[in-house]
Amino acid sequence: MAILDVQNLKMYFETLRGHVQAVDDISFKMNKGDALGLAGESGCGKTSAALTILRLLPWNGSVVGGGVFFDGVNILEMSPEKFRDEFRWKRISVIFQGAMNALHPTMRIGTQISEPIISHEGVTKEEAYNRAARLLDLVGIGASRIDRFPHELSGGMKQRTVTAMALACNPELVVADEPITALDVIVAAQVMRVMAELQKKLNLSMVFISHDLSMLAETCNKIAIMYAGKIVELGDVVAIYKEPLHPYTERLIGAFPSVIGEKKELAAIRGFPPDLLHPPSGCRFHPRCPYAMPLCKSIEPSLIETDNSGHSVACHLVKA
Amino acid sequence: MKTPENTLVNVQNLRKYFPLKMGFFKTLLMKESPYVHAVDGVSFNIEKEEIFGLVGESGCGKTTTGRLILRLLEPTEGNVRFGSIDVTAISNEEELRKLRRHMQIIFQDPYESLNPRMSVYDIVSEPLNLQKITQNPDEIRKRVEDILEDLELTPPEEYLYRFPHELSGGQRQRIAIARAFVLRPQFLVADEPVSMLDASIRSEVLQLLLGLVKKHHSSFLYITHDIALARHICNRVGVMYLGKMVEQGPAEDVILKPLHPYTEALIAAVPVPDPTARRGEVIIRGEVPSAVNPPSGCRFHTRCPYAWDLCQKEEPKLIEIQENRLVACHKFKA
Repeated sequence: MAILDVQNLKMYFETLRGHVQAVDDISFKMNKGDALGLAGESGCGKTSAALTILRLLPWNGSVVGGGVFFDGVNILEMSPEKFRDEFRWKRISVIFQGAMNALHPTMRIGTQISEPIISHEGVTKEEAYNRAARLLDLVGIGASRIDRFPHELSGGMKQRTVTAMALACNPELVVADEPITALDVIVAAQVMRVMAELQKKLNLSMVFISHDLSMLAETCNKIAIMYAGKIVELGDVVAIYKEPLHPYTERLIGAFPSVIGEKKELAAIRGFPPDLLHPPSGCRFHPRCPYAMPLCKSIEPSLIETDNSGHSVACHLVKA
Repeated sequence: MKTPENTLVNVQNLRKYFPLKMGFFKTLLMKESPYVHAVDGVSFNIEKEEIFGLVGESGCGKTTTGRLILRLLEPTEGNVRFGSIDVTAISNEEELRKLRRHMQIIFQDPYESLNPRMSVYDIVSEPLNLQKITQNPDEIRKRVEDILEDLELTPPEEYLYRFPHELSGGQRQRIAIARAFVLRPQFLVADEPVSMLDASIRSEVLQLLLGLVKKHHSSFLYITHDIALARHICNRVGVMYLGKMVEQGPAEDVILKPLHPYTEALIAAVPVPDPTARRGEVIIRGEVPSAVNPPSGCRFHTRCPYAWDLCQKEEPKLIEIQENRLVACHKFKA
């Protein structure tokens, strides 16, 4: 059974100028041990989708339709208290973007990591501290640094501390929102390696949210490409990168340079991402799509499965 | 190709030390005041119509180098020649201003580099007015419109009286490019010009930028941390580590066959947009040491998997070991 099953999820932000359709009817499934990459440009709704799943929406965001089933239970329907007591940290946790700002500057990292363990599992301070030490070993910082303050750590170590924190209560699903954007290439590679190893070792299910398709190619086994609040393509990582079906996916992958293989011209997508207050009619990509037909302007394509492997695409050019 | 006549920018042994700010008592206790060795003896040439990439991680001194060349910062030591002019020797403001007509810069963040109170027309025409290119308002307007058209901000009338907050990130960066190119400079420094933009917009802005570089036969110094992108843009690249140039050569050669262990590690760490490709293992550990007390000898020896005792004592020089390929590593002999 799927550990995470998102069904027709819609989440709109209420603003003075109207509804921003940040997440508009997305569906996907994840099995235990999957690493799903949620990819897309800024403003495509990938972080909003994650916040909805984590039930961390800001006050003006509301779920308009659909459900998020975690292990068969719709977590959007339960009370906030129940979600907090039974799911947050214990079963679903999050690694936020920008570890520099996610840590409390005047608390020792050991105390910060023990905090969720104490409040969620009711263990003693000493036990929580011992577990924090083990977690720091696990992410490669070393238990000896448990009494350090965040400012004494480098960027890579802070990011790993935040990772350790997310793992504090042995969750089944971890959502990582742009975990390496603020880091330098070599440090980023080290952090990603730690995360990939942990994911395998602990059989975690992970959702990686990123705009960096190169990074996702190396860490995920499934990819969902989002554009303007919709999932436009979904499937196995190799299928997505090797045989992309949606014109947007194809160009987006082509826009990433590579240090290996032959030098190819970088693909460009003309125009700008749409305003989600007034998304384009029909297929939301049609104003920028080189293959757009009259049909694309009027009718919205639905996400259809193209083969048995679960490769789905929302484009009129592809027939089921 | 490599003749002095062909060289547009010549950088010789450039150094920049920033004094470290400290508390009053600490300054009393310290014998000598500490410095951040941001750029520590960097030399290279940029040929006419060449695109030279300066690559490295944050804090390696690539941005400082770019600013020193334009004399937006005063060098501690060394000199920069632009054609026959010694940029570092110019002492009066007026002469420096004349020179800047030919050397321009594009900054990284289009959200901060454009004055929010100025319209697009004011921003792009300002260099023309400052340089007193022409007093004729029609001509100024014509040049502003032309450059906007070159950057595919069409029709230009629609953009002229907009303010930066009314533009998207990609459009803003195009305005920043227009501002630099409206003077048709011979030499241009771009400091991470597309790193703030989304992937789908990035390639288009880059294509327009490179189109202008070609059109005006400009030389171009491209500063970036993204070595994969440098491969696509640059003719030659220089790799920097802790204020030093560690490797230099034709972009394709350096990236496909890196010589310096640091370059090798940097390239191995870059993710590849292909799930079936196996990339090299990341061979180095740890993070960049502080530039206040850089390691002795070769600055990379603390993280280098091949380091031996010599590396700790003696600093390797940047030497040419193959045609056009320079490397600073004791592993290689000239």
